[in-house]
Amino acid sequence: MRITRVLGGALLALGLGAGPAAADTPSPSPSTSADGSAPTKAGTSFRTATELEQGQQATASASTGDYMYWSFPADIGRRPTVKATVKLPRTHGAQTWQLDVYDGLRRRQACQYGANTRTAVQDAPSAELTCVLRTVRGWAEPWADDPLPGTYYIRLTVVDLGATDLGQPVSAEVRADTVDIGGAAAADGSLGKPLVPGIAVTSAEKTDGSKTAVLSSFGSHDGWSSGWWSDRWVWTGIGAVLAALAGIGGYALTRGSGRPSRVPPGV
Amino acid sequence: MITRQRLAAGVCALLAALAAGIAFPGGAVADETQTAAPKVELVLDVSGSMRARDIDGDSRMAAAKQAFNEVLDATPQEVQLGIRTLGANYRGNDRKEGCKDTAQLYPVGPLNRTDAKTAVATLQPTGWTPIGPALLKAADDLNGGDGTRRIVLISDGEDTCQPLDPCEVAREIAAKGIGLTIDTLGLVPDAKTRDQLSCIADATGGTYTDVRHKEQLSSRVGQLVDRAADPVVTPVATEGAAQCEKAPALKSGLYTDREEFGQQRWYKVAVDPGKELRASVSVADDRAVGPNYGVLLRAVTEHGREIVRGEAAGTGRTDVISTGLRYPKAGSDDDNAPAETVCLQVTNSFAAAAGVKTTPGLPLELTVDVVDGPSGHHDVASFGLGRGWWLLGTLVLIGFVAGVLWGWLSRWRVAIWRTN
Repeated sequence: MRITRVLGGALLALGLGAGPAAADTPSPSPSTSADGSAPTKAGTSFRTATELEQGQQATASASTGDYMYWSFPADIGRRPTVKATVKLPRTHGAQTWQLDVYDGLRRRQACQYGANTRTAVQDAPSAELTCVLRTVRGWAEPWADDPLPGTYYIRLTVVDLGATDLGQPVSAEVRADTVDIGGAAAADGSLGKPLVPGIAVTSAEKTDGSKTAVLSSFGSHDGWSSGWWSDRWVWTGIGAVLAALAGIGGYALTRGSGRPSRVPPGV
Repeated sequence: MITRQRLAAGVCALLAALAAGIAFPGGAVADETQTAAPKVELVLDVSGSMRARDIDGDSRMAAAKQAFNEVLDATPQEVQLGIRTLGANYRGNDRKEGCKDTAQLYPVGPLNRTDAKTAVATLQPTGWTPIGPALLKAADDLNGGDGTRRIVLISDGEDTCQPLDPCEVAREIAAKGIGLTIDTLGLVPDAKTRDQLSCIADATGGTYTDVRHKEQLSSRVGQLVDRAADPVVTPVATEGAAQCEKAPALKSGLYTDREEFGQQRWYKVAVDPGKELRASVSVADDRAVGPNYGVLLRAVTEHGREIVRGEAAGTGRTDVISTGLRYPKAGSDDDNAPAETVCLQVTNSFAAAAGVKTTPGLPLELTVDVVDGPSGHHDVASFGLGRGWWLLGTLVLIGFVAGVLWGWLSRWRVAIWRTN
């Protein structure tokens, strides 16, 4: 009995440990660049968006009025947070900066919270913007615009400025991080392919060996969670083990300790 | 005891398996890309006003020459670079002659750094500022090839050759050549120059920079030349129809088109059963437009029933408004089931600002992907697994009750057996 209890306690402790452990494990990152260095430029359109990995701090120098584009991959069960800092010239008028995030279908994604539009007052040294997206789901109805696994585009630009501020040099820093929300965000199915633009063309071309520029190089097969993993496996597994132990415990209770008094010794 | 050890070992193995599942590895290899040689033409204003000494105490011309030297040194090997001048040769006062004054200083092709530098060194600030004609000629210089094309225009004054509006010229160029971008740099510009140069940049999806320091000039031009070297997918030009029946049939890929204000564009895509259609569209505003705008993308059956739509609306300054849609077509048991023709309708609600030309239409970019459909399991989340303390509590309780019942049952059976 004692051993059973100890074993049960140990299992429970392990189970508790496994939950957060699953949450801490970084999601497979779909793209690993050859040198691992953070990008130092920004694209100017969806087509030319500079790819960046989660947790990388991308920098870019640009002119006020430029539209700066980056893209990053986000996987199932993760909630992306995009942060941008714009360093403004020493003297300037009041100007409003905006950070927009689009999904792989170029649909604008809402920010749950965070200031994605901010007005820098006259001569302010910088503007900081944040956008916390909704959790990426494995599957959604075609009529919904829930975030789905795939490429996400960041667009950073000034939306309101005085005429004299146009074309002034600025520098921007952008970073995309994700938090694992885990099985709480699990959905009823999974996409056949992640929402990576041009993925049909990319996979078709791979067969004949030729390679061309791609809209988004985040892989079609590798790195994306297949949708089968969820921390629900841990919860259910531990639940099953605990249920079995509880069953043994309940059974043992009805047997009492030792032999029944009615049974004579030696039978 | 042996049973208990086995049990413990089994549990450990189970947990290890689960832990291995947690640490499921990943990592994709980014595609190496390769395209045709990118072409860049630097268009430099050599008009008389370039003599002004207001860039870090030096003349604008000297700053431009220094920047060119630095850029020529740093130009990536694969970039084919050319240099065109405007207002470099004609000294007279005849406007008609002055407005023809644009010449190719160094032809677009593989770069010989020494030759190019020598050519730049000979430049003297001279004549007029025929920006429009120079842009037209520069676009001709860049003709041919599949690579990206980029014009970098450096000027210190507005065009002196009206009525040919360089901004209109830029829009015409963007409308005929695919993937030609014009970036503009203004050297200590006044308000009119700034408006004109930023208008040229906006018309082609380029950028405008206000230059006041030498260092800024060379780093920006260098950045723009480097940008040309980045491989980019070149879209395929297509022309949408006014109705679905006459619409062009598209396969997976990237397409461009032009759509006028208030115009409808229709395209057709064949979707096999079990496949998913993904389409996204973006309409760029390459000219002054009203502050409120939108775009609508509808997937419609051949009989006119709407399947799904993507819509977006916005307000304020923007380069593009975009939306997209997904349509997973249900699988079929019949292997020979025909593909469904889905019509895609694109409309925009941009409004042209007063006095703005409405032709050519706004640039439209359409991405079409037909991929495998979503997987079919439609149970409760993740194969019907559960999570949370309620689940654990319930399982423990049920397990316990089952154990107790089983214990009682077996005691009762033993009792019956003993009495018989």
